[in-house]
Amino acid sequence: MSTRAADIAWGLVFAGWLVAAASTLGALFFSEVMELPPCVLCWYQRIFMFPLVLVLPLGLFPFDAKVARYALPLAAGGWLVALYHLLLVAGWIPERAGPCVQGVPCSELQVQWLGFVNIPLLSFVAFSTLAALLVAAHFRSAR
Amino acid sequence: MSKKSKRNKSAREIPAATAPAAATAPAPAKSVSRKGLFVGAAIVLIVAFVVATLLYTSEKQESSRQLVQQNVEALASAHSPAKGPPDARVHIVEFLDPACETCADFYPEVKKLMAEHPGAIRVSMRHVPFHKGSEHVVRILEAARGQDLYWQTLEALFAAQDRWTINHAVHVDQVWPALRGVGLDQERVGREMNGADIATRMERDMADAKALNVTKTPEFFVNGRPLPRFGLKELRDLVNDEVRKPARGPGS
Repeated sequence: MSTRAADIAWGLVFAGWLVAAASTLGALFFSEVMELPPCVLCWYQRIFMFPLVLVLPLGLFPFDAKVARYALPLAAGGWLVALYHLLLVAGWIPERAGPCVQGVPCSELQVQWLGFVNIPLLSFVAFSTLAALLVAAHFRSAR
Repeated sequence: MSKKSKRNKSAREIPAATAPAAATAPAPAKSVSRKGLFVGAAIVLIVAFVVATLLYTSEKQESSRQLVQQNVEALASAHSPAKGPPDARVHIVEFLDPACETCADFYPEVKKLMAEHPGAIRVSMRHVPFHKGSEHVVRILEAARGQDLYWQTLEALFAAQDRWTINHAVHVDQVWPALRGVGLDQERVGREMNGADIATRMERDMADAKALNVTKTPEFFVNGRPLPRFGLKELRDLVNDEVRKPARGPGS
């Protein structure tokens, strides 16, 4: 791996950390400041997202070319839950198939901007970006 | 693949080790700048979070204050059960759900406040049955007013709340056993609880709660002022502040 490739890979993982940290703070803002109760699916996505804020820096200092090995599974797991949540919100999966028995129904949208941007979509975009960055970093490092 | 990258990495490190002075010099510099970038980004993110939080809460406070000003009539409570002198200096309007745990926790605190400032506080209760099945309990409460047993009923309900509210859902069959000691005429309550006037009062409470954006219970308005932030200390401060204010006309 050339120094340049390593630099690029480091930058990609760092960008991934930015995404994870911003998502985590955003999620905390929704629940703790705006006091929107997170639904069950949101909690599962949080379980995948929050650890990345701590795990990714461990791969950055010192740079670990294998960081994707342990970060990507989290990003992929979160991505799957986010995809499911997005389909639920879009109505492609019927609500009763969802795991929400009590509390906040996962199919209920609490926030909507510009008519289509909602929290599940933000989550899905964040996990997709994270996964893409980690995959890219992996191939950069492998070169 | 992983083996390969490991080998590459060590290959890169070997020349550095053999030529210490020349090759290692830039490495720490880069690492420092990376760390600087990381720490800088972390600080920016945290500062952004704090600023957004401050902006959001101050805006929210302002909008809830305006909302109350625009909906003063929604705070009216002539139809609601009240305790304390009608001309009390401080009028607390509480929106509560009998099935809400925090409401049960706050009830003795409100009583304590009234005891601390005798004759200075009037409390009006507005009912917002947000919990599943709680409407039934509000109907009983409203019907208890006809027998002058509202406060006794409310206290008995709060005292035994964990027996008839399980997992935030009301177990209707467990409500009456909790009220055994109150002395309510159960038959009369059963007759009156589905009356039209009770339904009207309940609708009024819910509509006013909506107008004031009351989405959680308990919610307090002290002389028309919302709590700056939910909390017992905030309630006490607001009440003490209003009690200390110079005397004015009859409570709003």
